[in-house]
Amino acid sequence: MKHTSLLSTVAVMTVIACGAVSAQTIDEVRQRGHLNCGVSPGVSGFSNPDDNGNWAGFDVEVCRAVAAAVLEDADAVRYTPLSNTERFTALQSGEIDMLSRTTTRTLNRDTALGLNFAPVMFYDGQGFMVREAMGVSSVMELDGATVCVSAGSTTELNLADYFEANGLSYQPVRFDRADEVLAAYDAGRCDVYTSDRSGLAARRLVMNDPSEHVMLPETISKEPLAPAVRHGDDQWFDIVTWTVYALIQAEEFGITQANVDEMAASEDPNISRMLGGEGSPVGEWVGLDNNWVYRAIAAVGNYGEIFDRHVGPETPLQIERGMNALYADGGLHYAMPFK
Amino acid sequence: MPVSRDPDPMQPPRQPFWTRSRIRSAIIQVGFVALLAFFVHFLLSNTMTNLARQGIASGFGFLENRAGFDIAISFLDFGRNDTYMRAFWTAVVNTLVLSVLGIALATVIGFMIGLARVSPNWLISRLAAVYIETFRNIPLLLQLFFWYFAILRPLPGPRDSLDLAGIVFLSNRGLYLPKPLLDAGAQLGLAALGLGLVIALVMARRARRYRAATGQPRRVAHWWFLGLVVLPSSVWLATGARLDMSMPELQGFNFRGGMVVLPEMLAAILGLSIYIAAAVGEIVRAGIQGIDHGQTEAAQAMGHTRGQIMRYVVIPQAMRIIIPPLTTQYQSLAKNTSLASAIAFPEIISIIAGTTMTQTGQAVETIALAMLFYLTVSLFIAAVMNFFNWRVTRLSF
Repeated sequence: MKHTSLLSTVAVMTVIACGAVSAQTIDEVRQRGHLNCGVSPGVSGFSNPDDNGNWAGFDVEVCRAVAAAVLEDADAVRYTPLSNTERFTALQSGEIDMLSRTTTRTLNRDTALGLNFAPVMFYDGQGFMVREAMGVSSVMELDGATVCVSAGSTTELNLADYFEANGLSYQPVRFDRADEVLAAYDAGRCDVYTSDRSGLAARRLVMNDPSEHVMLPETISKEPLAPAVRHGDDQWFDIVTWTVYALIQAEEFGITQANVDEMAASEDPNISRMLGGEGSPVGEWVGLDNNWVYRAIAAVGNYGEIFDRHVGPETPLQIERGMNALYADGGLHYAMPFK
Repeated sequence: MPVSRDPDPMQPPRQPFWTRSRIRSAIIQVGFVALLAFFVHFLLSNTMTNLARQGIASGFGFLENRAGFDIAISFLDFGRNDTYMRAFWTAVVNTLVLSVLGIALATVIGFMIGLARVSPNWLISRLAAVYIETFRNIPLLLQLFFWYFAILRPLPGPRDSLDLAGIVFLSNRGLYLPKPLLDAGAQLGLAALGLGLVIALVMARRARRYRAATGQPRRVAHWWFLGLVVLPSSVWLATGARLDMSMPELQGFNFRGGMVVLPEMLAAILGLSIYIAAAVGEIVRAGIQGIDHGQTEAAQAMGHTRGQIMRYVVIPQAMRIIIPPLTTQYQSLAKNTSLASAIAFPEIISIIAGTTMTQTGQAVETIALAMLFYLTVSLFIAAVMNFFNWRVTRLSF
């Protein structure tokens, strides 16, 4: 709760104050034998403990892919559920090695917060959810509404800017924890619930009556959600960055979890190089062995598989690929060449 | 006969200066302070170095930047275009208002519960015991959630508000009340009320002194009537006797106009004061029971009623037992306002150690500001309560 969040912040500051955070994250991870990954505390489809208590979801797969690449074991991950206000200090202080938690990449976070962002995993935008019975069909009709929002999110600032730009008044009700925002909206405290569209879709699933609520058509912001690491460790940054690219490139090449063994023997030099075939330098370049891409894909599949498994049209979240399709299919995902 | 070089056995032996107790303790103290200063310096410089090395912004310059968010409950005028500094002051005032209201309510409820607890009436005393044991033993955070959702869940939406004579509305958006708009005449009337209060207080004090000096009672009721009723109302009538009200009206989603007590505020005040009142009740009971029964018997022998004994004999002495632990409870209430951030009350933790920290990323500075605030408030409460304690221990009543 709030109390523990403050405690952990203070603890984290003590770590910043006392110990130098080592620059060699990869050595620490190897020595420790597991990856510390910061995730959302329970968002369906993105990161949520499953029936067996294992963390699963779109964000969780990134942690698993990195663990597979670095530690040769996708299960060698310890997940730290973090609230909005805890997430950055946890990363800055070294409590976690990477953050894979529906976090928007912004200038401020990239610079002043001392973070480096890996490629975007999910292109999102801020949306609004209301009760269908209100009969509202546009944000423009929300003048004077009470809005439930997460404290310390980009959402909170976009909300203020958008309502200001359109001359609308509103009253914010802000909670640190996403489940409290949801509970307050569900209890009728607010007319409107605003968050990233994917987050709204995920949280609607756990409302009292999901069918009572509708999403308004407006998308008022760009929310590129990307994994993040600390400033100052370029090798670790490269590993996380290129693990994400590997998942996207795998979809482009048609490499799947099922056919990765077959593809490893491919005649195509591009595919062979990426998967660590004979004479491939991909391991040497990032400081891992040659099979790291192969292991990541074998553990979690390609980007499209991850998307379809956790958030796609066949899942309860029913999110279309849209912007999250490959560049070749009219989307925004474009992996840099594995050369 | 050789001159003895032995020291005079009657004189204490000369000791090295560092073994003398005053000098020794001075050395130890100076050494400790130096060590502490070095430790603090080490922490600060190491923090700065580490922050700089990781490329994390530091310093308090961010306080001048535009905040960019809104705050639902603010007793200062705050908008998204104000600075983080103003957001900080807004949070400070919100926290102080919550603390003061909480302390006032906790004191009233606590004294009632404490008195009920020592009541000879079995039922009243048992009920007070149940109150104390229930609220003292459930974590405050849970109680806050309970009150918040207990208030929210059963209340209707704004369009189906419960209304009282069409001027007061209660819904899950809060309690909407008419707000008096004070024109110049009404403001003058309020000023007259303040003046009248001062006059009445001065006269009451003079009457007390007179009685202490002569033993003769002197009536002051007419001064109270004059100061609180006649003076302000005649000023108000003379200036035109206008009082406009801003009425809450349902427009679109919610009420406009009037004034509002939001559910977050209501739940925070209820939760904090009811929780602390349980502890205050026990302190009051202990204070009353700490007064020797002989005092009560002596007062009874002199023919005082039960009420008089409580008021003039027991409570004044009990206050000396009550005030020191009461100080701790007040401080605890002020610090526990931080938990109200969990139910969206915009206080220091929510605004400064929450939103501001995450939006600026300056964890060290924002947490330091929050700590400084709580430290200042706690020390202030301690100072005020120590003054009261000094007053009651002087036995000047």
